[in-house]
Amino acid sequence: MTGPLLVAEDLHRSFGPTRALAGASLRVDRGEVVAVMGSSGSGKSTLLHCLAGIVRPDSGRVRFAGRDLGALTDSERSALRRAAFGFVFQFGQLVPELTCLENVALPLRLDRLGRREAERRAAEWLDRLEVAEVAGKRPGEVSGGQGQRVAVARALVTRPQVVFADEPTGALDSLNGERVMRLLTGAARETGAAVVLVTHEARVAAYSDREVVVRDGRTRDLEPAA
Amino acid sequence: MYTFGVYAMCIVPGMSIGQTFLGLLEATPRHGYDIKRLYDERFGHARPLAYGQVYATLSRLLRSGLVEVEAVEPGEGPERKRYAITEAGVTDVAGWLARAEKPEPYLQSTLYTKVVLALLTGRSAADLLDVQRAEHLRMMRELTRRKRDGDLAEQLICDHALFHLEADLRWLELTAARLDELAKTVLP
Repeated sequence: MTGPLLVAEDLHRSFGPTRALAGASLRVDRGEVVAVMGSSGSGKSTLLHCLAGIVRPDSGRVRFAGRDLGALTDSERSALRRAAFGFVFQFGQLVPELTCLENVALPLRLDRLGRREAERRAAEWLDRLEVAEVAGKRPGEVSGGQGQRVAVARALVTRPQVVFADEPTGALDSLNGERVMRLLTGAARETGAAVVLVTHEARVAAYSDREVVVRDGRTRDLEPAA
Repeated sequence: MYTFGVYAMCIVPGMSIGQTFLGLLEATPRHGYDIKRLYDERFGHARPLAYGQVYATLSRLLRSGLVEVEAVEPGEGPERKRYAITEAGVTDVAGWLARAEKPEPYLQSTLYTKVVLALLTGRSAADLLDVQRAEHLRMMRELTRRKRDGDLAEQLICDHALFHLEADLRWLELTAARLDELAKTVLP
């Protein structure tokens, strides 16, 4: 399919009296890594949530592969998120009761893949993210950097078309942050996944192909797509 | 505004080629050609030294008594001199290594001037800062790519440049957030 993978047009969204988005637009092409930057409270996380169909905009439209997310039911959007999107958050958000291997296998299991095959694929991804040794450990027993790499493995195990990463290195030191970014963008490029990377750190944004700045709920594309 | 060459110069040649030569000679005496090769390999990156620069530097070190010619050996072409560091040279390089470098706020002063001039002439200072920001990030991307493909030495050199660019970007962001305040102080 040709055309952009993800398009947001003139998004507005308020939370009570607080206006988070005031006319934000964004376009992401297939396989592209786009950094969304902005200061705290600029609206960049709300933009990511709208793009991923987690939050409905008050007005404006988000299209993924030509489909209007606003026209989908909640369950259709959940199914789309599970099949086509991957997520990495600042603090990993791993399920503490499950082992790291089970955490990575979880999205596959939710898609009704058998345990053996799901865990085989999960193990492959843990190995690819250089954390094979933590497979049998629970998230509370691994370091922050290892946990974040497990979260990246979980995001990529379903071979999503887009990975949404919200401050993926925000809780890590420089060295671990660099490693997560190298592995995340490297694996995404190999699998052809696009990445929408929300960050306020320029060194993290430097792993992207293009930067979009959010200020007062509006986007500014400093380097328009080629 | 930034090129990788600029950063390579900030990291080593801008400081002192002479003292870097002294450091290379302290381990063992070397010919001029070996010094150049080692220098280019470890510190030159995109900017290898010209032979003229190598021999001019060695002549200066000789005149200052910081190196001496240990041996002159016949070669296929002209005779080859082997240079050795003197005691004064060892003292000089030790002093240089022990001294802190003066932080140079060179870029901000230029950008600050441009921002103030934009405000004074009614141009968009925010646009100016955005253009600079995009250029900084473009350079940071290039350095990140080099780092990804490079060995440890390349990674550390790129990191040095990246941290400087990041600091500049923070200044750009802070200034962008305070433009209204600045305009009040500079406009009549």
